[in-house]
Amino acid sequence: MNDSQLVSPCCHQCRRTPSAPCADLLECIDHGPVCHDDEACRDERAARRARALRGGDGMVLYVGAGTCGRANGALTVIAKAREYFARHGHSVPIIETGCVGYCQREVFVDLVTADGVRLSYCDLGPDTIDELLRAVFDEGELRNRFLLGRYDDPDDLYRGVPPLAETPFFARQVKVVLENCGVVDPASLDSALAAGGFRAAVKALTTMTPGEVCDEVTAAGLRGRGGAGFPTGQKWRIALDQPRAQKYLICNADEGDPGAFMDRAVLESDPFRVIEGMLIGAYASGATKGYVYCRAEYPLAIERLREAIFQCRAAGLLGKNILGSLIDFDITIKQGAGAFVCGEETAILASIEGGRGMPRPRPPYPAVAGLHGKPTVLNNVETLANVPPLVARGAAWYNALGIGAAAGTKVFALSGRVRNTGLVEVPVGVPLREIVYDIGGGAPAGHQIKAVQIGGPSGGCIPDELLDVSTDYGTLQELGAMMGSGGMVVMDERTCMVDVAKFFMEFIRAESCGKCTPCREGTTRMHEILVELTERPIGEQMRRLERFRGVLHLEELAETVKETSLCGLGQSAANPVLSTLRFFRDEYEAHIMESRCPAGVCQALRIYDIDPGLCTGCTLCARNCPSDAILGKRKFAHAIIVDRCSGCGACADACPKQAVLAVA
Amino acid sequence: MNPVEEIIAARGDQTREQLIPLLQEIQEREGFVSQAAMLRVAEALATPVSRVYGVATFYNQFRFAPLNEHVIEVCRGTACHVKQSLTLAQHLQRRLKLRRDGNSADGRYTVVTVACLGACSIAPVIKLDGEFYGHLSVEKLDALLDEVEAGAEQAA
Repeated sequence: MNDSQLVSPCCHQCRRTPSAPCADLLECIDHGPVCHDDEACRDERAARRARALRGGDGMVLYVGAGTCGRANGALTVIAKAREYFARHGHSVPIIETGCVGYCQREVFVDLVTADGVRLSYCDLGPDTIDELLRAVFDEGELRNRFLLGRYDDPDDLYRGVPPLAETPFFARQVKVVLENCGVVDPASLDSALAAGGFRAAVKALTTMTPGEVCDEVTAAGLRGRGGAGFPTGQKWRIALDQPRAQKYLICNADEGDPGAFMDRAVLESDPFRVIEGMLIGAYASGATKGYVYCRAEYPLAIERLREAIFQCRAAGLLGKNILGSLIDFDITIKQGAGAFVCGEETAILASIEGGRGMPRPRPPYPAVAGLHGKPTVLNNVETLANVPPLVARGAAWYNALGIGAAAGTKVFALSGRVRNTGLVEVPVGVPLREIVYDIGGGAPAGHQIKAVQIGGPSGGCIPDELLDVSTDYGTLQELGAMMGSGGMVVMDERTCMVDVAKFFMEFIRAESCGKCTPCREGTTRMHEILVELTERPIGEQMRRLERFRGVLHLEELAETVKETSLCGLGQSAANPVLSTLRFFRDEYEAHIMESRCPAGVCQALRIYDIDPGLCTGCTLCARNCPSDAILGKRKFAHAIIVDRCSGCGACADACPKQAVLAVA
Repeated sequence: MNPVEEIIAARGDQTREQLIPLLQEIQEREGFVSQAAMLRVAEALATPVSRVYGVATFYNQFRFAPLNEHVIEVCRGTACHVKQSLTLAQHLQRRLKLRRDGNSADGRYTVVTVACLGACSIAPVIKLDGEFYGHLSVEKLDALLDEVEAGAEQAA
């Protein structure tokens, strides 16, 4: 734990203590000291600021150690670097950062050179870190094969090294929410303060009324980034107008959408920004108690957030009488317990109150009657992370970021069958194609993109031909998808769309809380129908008929579930089915009419055959078959009983002679 | 004092709001939530046992049987699905001879599938004993398990 150097007093004349907060704290950090005039103090503060900004005095090594970095060996990289420095007698501080967004090329290692320029190296791992360190420290070869780009270089010392922001993956991005991710030290308040943190909170608390903050955010056009897209300023205004004394603000970090991970990345990489956003939101809506409801699957995010809250309290940025403004606000972390439905706002409330996370009908909306019946504002992590820059730079600036009528930026989590995976922040309204092809680099070599699934289980699949549409709330909805939280999974010809629909329905069926009938029974039935489609109709004629009838029902059932479910989970549950039916009807038809999966994914539709000429009768296939579908005597050719075969392919994997072939 | 008692005593505030955090802490310490623990929590929070059980079974996180030595969480999120995480799950099924409850025949592994680990950019992903492993294939998974086996042999 590092105590904040920037916040601590410069000399005995500074009278700031936790019990006597100073309104000029941040002014003092930037241009201080304010309350007294002393050359030495001014120098001391400037030196601290410079140190906080670069992370240390001399050379500094930053290692991207978010969850994706760690999965690629970041912690081993750090251990090896530490060992290297010890062996060679270098004293170079190593700082863990979060994720810069380019997960595909983790581990990222940034070096602040002796002349203060930060260079960014990528594609590192436990095997290559020594090579980089040798090149940099033994041979002085800063430009080596790992170098990707540089940060600010005012004196043009590294001519020819492209600025990181101009490298292909980043060039088309506009970083607002992610601007500090992977750059600052997420475990240090000083690092956040040096990067401009909490200036917006001070601006709001000291120069604006709560109503003005609401109006500013409304004017900026910021809409909820969690999925529903409700205007944030209006939500705060509703809570502000409630006459109750106790109000709450909840940060929804229950990022349950499979395919979305921007909230995790922001919490891991820049937790102070989320805290600042919460502080501003709390001030604007009159809340004095905050919660962060975070998935238990994100242990690192929780750890970083806990540490950040602790440091903010110690610095007087959370707690009572924040910066002498008489505003009280504190934050408690609540860990989710693994229920997708708890992303729904009324379900979160039930879960925080200690019950089963089941939604209730609205109205009343939580902003009127929420946690314990008190007015409660719920905002998503990304929404809150948008707030500080918006307040600092003003509504007009924020609004102009979007394309056309849309405002601001949106972070998308790009994954699946695409070359560059990671987090991408672009102006709202940018065409999907630009994200997938220009930033994502398109499909892996030799493959072709078929569709992009956007918005998780509530969203839909948009086919390649329609990727020119803009990514704003309205357009996506017209296509049967939705912005959702911004998960974007790219699929190529190796993906079966019926299988994708089945996959989502399986997920929703399992996650439906069971409170309302359309969702509980409807999703189960839809899942049944989809399972039937992806299996071979065996034997009876009836079963073939059932498959036909099922599909006839599927569309109607989907509409009913959509119209009549209680909460967002059910209302959007049918989207994956409806959108795949709309754009990929031919694939459904192949499954129904021909019992064939064009992508070759649906296992149960696969048919294997053994080539009697190649089979030596070794019995390996029969012994590996989980469904006893292979007959044959030792040293004689074996055969597969198609009706018993589950299509798992274990026989093909086991056969030493490649005699087992998939024939369909 | 047994761990459950300690956990309850350590939490000053004993309102209903504490139910989920208490169960989480018990599971963290014990590895699972036993029937006895649920009875004790109900008593401490002065709430019906049925309610405690109802809450515990609602959330996917809570387990009611102890875990084996090695825990493998297989991510079944969309990105992992598109990158064939099902193949990984089926491979584990075969290699470890998993039973229906996810425990391996030799009683050393527990395999659970999770909806999404939130590490989609490095799909397909598994978590083995708390560590993330990404960009997996059947071969890499085998190598990983071989390493675990080798470690166990060395320790023996």
